[in-house]
Amino acid sequence: MRLLATAGRVLGQLRHDPRTVAIMALLPMLLVGLFAWIMPAQQFDRIGPMLIALFPFTVMFIVTSIATLRERTSGTLERLLTTPLRKVELLFGYEIAFGLVAVLQAVLVVTFAVYVCGLDIDGSLWVVGGMAVLNALMGTALGLLASAFARTEFQAVQFMPVFVFPQMALGGVFMPRAQMPDVLSAISDWLPLSYSIEAVQRASTGITGWELNRPLLILVGVTLLALLLGSLTLPRRTP
Amino acid sequence: MMNSSPAVSIAGLRVKRGKVQVFDGLDLDLAPGRITGLMGPSGCGKSTLIRCVVGIQKVQGGTVTVLGQPAGTPGLRRRVSYSSQQASVYTDLSVGENVAYFARLFGLPSSEAERVVAAVGLADQSRQRADDLSGGQLTRTSLAIALLGSPELVVLDEPTVGLDPVLRAELWGIFRNLADQGITLIVSSHVMDEANRCDDLLLMRQGRIVAHTSPANLLLESGKSDPDEAFLELIRRDAAEPRHLLDTPDDAPDTAPRHAQEEER
Repeated sequence: MRLLATAGRVLGQLRHDPRTVAIMALLPMLLVGLFAWIMPAQQFDRIGPMLIALFPFTVMFIVTSIATLRERTSGTLERLLTTPLRKVELLFGYEIAFGLVAVLQAVLVVTFAVYVCGLDIDGSLWVVGGMAVLNALMGTALGLLASAFARTEFQAVQFMPVFVFPQMALGGVFMPRAQMPDVLSAISDWLPLSYSIEAVQRASTGITGWELNRPLLILVGVTLLALLLGSLTLPRRTP
Repeated sequence: MMNSSPAVSIAGLRVKRGKVQVFDGLDLDLAPGRITGLMGPSGCGKSTLIRCVVGIQKVQGGTVTVLGQPAGTPGLRRRVSYSSQQASVYTDLSVGENVAYFARLFGLPSSEAERVVAAVGLADQSRQRADDLSGGQLTRTSLAIALLGSPELVVLDEPTVGLDPVLRAELWGIFRNLADQGITLIVSSHVMDEANRCDDLLLMRQGRIVAHTSPANLLLESGKSDPDEAFLELIRRDAAEPRHLLDTPDDAPDTAPRHAQEEER
C-alpha cells in the first residue's frame, strides 16, 4: 500500500512533467536512429544493443539522483521519515515507478531499432528489452545512492559523466575488455557497466545459460547492494 | 504541578549543530492537551527543540520522552505529526495529490485528505500545482498534511509565518479546536501577538528557556501590558543576569562554541 502509493506519487510527478516523459520516450529512439544512420549495418548490429541497454541506465541514473536530491533538500524526505513509511518502501517505490517508465522506454526503443532501423539480433528481443529494464533499475538504485554525495543539483548532474563515461570506455563499448591493458581490464572487472555490456552483447548474439546469467546476476547484486547502501544514506536523525 | 503525566518530557538534553552547542542540559516538561507556544528570537533553538521532540535531530545526550515513549520511536509516527518551517511538499504535484499521498502513507481514506484540505481553506485550490501557489497557500498545504489522521501531539514550526491576519486567526481557531479535543500542540512563532492565543508559553534565548509560563503570568512577571514588551523585558533581564531564571553556567558570545571542552559520551 505505502509502496504502491510511493510509486504512484513518483509517477504522478512525472505525469505533471510531460516534456520529461517525452524526452525519456523519444530520445533513446533518436539516438539509436542516429547510430543506425552513421554506421554500416554490421557495426550497428554490435553497437545497437549496447545503446538499448546503456541509455536507460544513464537516464534513470540522472533522473533519480536529481529526484532524490530534491527529496533530501526540500524537506519532503525528512517529512516522509516521520510517517509510517519504511525506507525499503521508499526505495522500491522509486524502483517500481522508474521500472515502469523503463518498460515503456524499452518497448519503444527495441521496436524502433528492429523494425525501423533494421537492427539484426540473434537472441531474443524480449531478453534484450528486459536487459534495458534491468539496467534502468540499476541506474535508479545507483542514482539514489549518488544523490547522497551531492549537495546541489549542479553537482548531481555532473556525477553522470564522471560515473558513466569511464565505465563505457572501460566496459567494452569501444574495445573488447580482453584486449585492454591488464590494469584497465582488471579495473573494468569491478565496474557494473562492464557486466551490462557483456550481458547485452551475449543476449543479442543468442548466448544463453550461465554465460548470460552470470553477468545478469551481478547486475541484480549491484542493484540490491546500491539500494542497501542507499538506505543507509537516509537517516531518520540528522545533525 | 501537573495533573497528568507530561506529553513531552525532556531531561538533560544536549545538542550540537555544527560547531554550536545549541542545548547543554535542557530540562522541560510540557502539559498534555494544551497549546504551548515556543517563542524566541531566530536562532534561539526553537526549531532544534522541535526536531528533538519529533525525533529527527541527532542528540549528544539526555532523554526526550514523548507520550511516554522515547522520541522518534516507530510507535510514535502515527501519534505525533510535524510540519517543518519550510513547506515540505512536492511542488510538482497538486495540493490534493500531495495530501492524498501522505494520507495513503498513514492508511487513511481519501475523504480524510479532502477533510484536511478543506480545514486549511484550500478546497478550491486542490487541483492546483503546489508551485503555482502563494507562499501562504504552500504553508497551509504543508499544515494540512500535519492535520491528517488523529495525532495526539501536533508539532508545528512557524505555521503562520507569512500569512495574513485573517488566515492566522482561522488557523489558530483550528489549533484551539484540536486542543479542545485533548490534542497537545507545540507551535513555534516569533509573532508575539500570537502568544496570547497559547495556553503556555516557552520563551527561549540562546538555547535556554528563559521562562515557561502562561500568557497572563508573562505580563504579570514582566510588569508590561503587551506580550512584545513583556518578552523584550524578560530577554533584557536574562541578558543582564542569565542565572536568575535558569541555572546555566555561562554567558559566552554566540559566535564561539559555547563549550570547548565538551566531554563525549
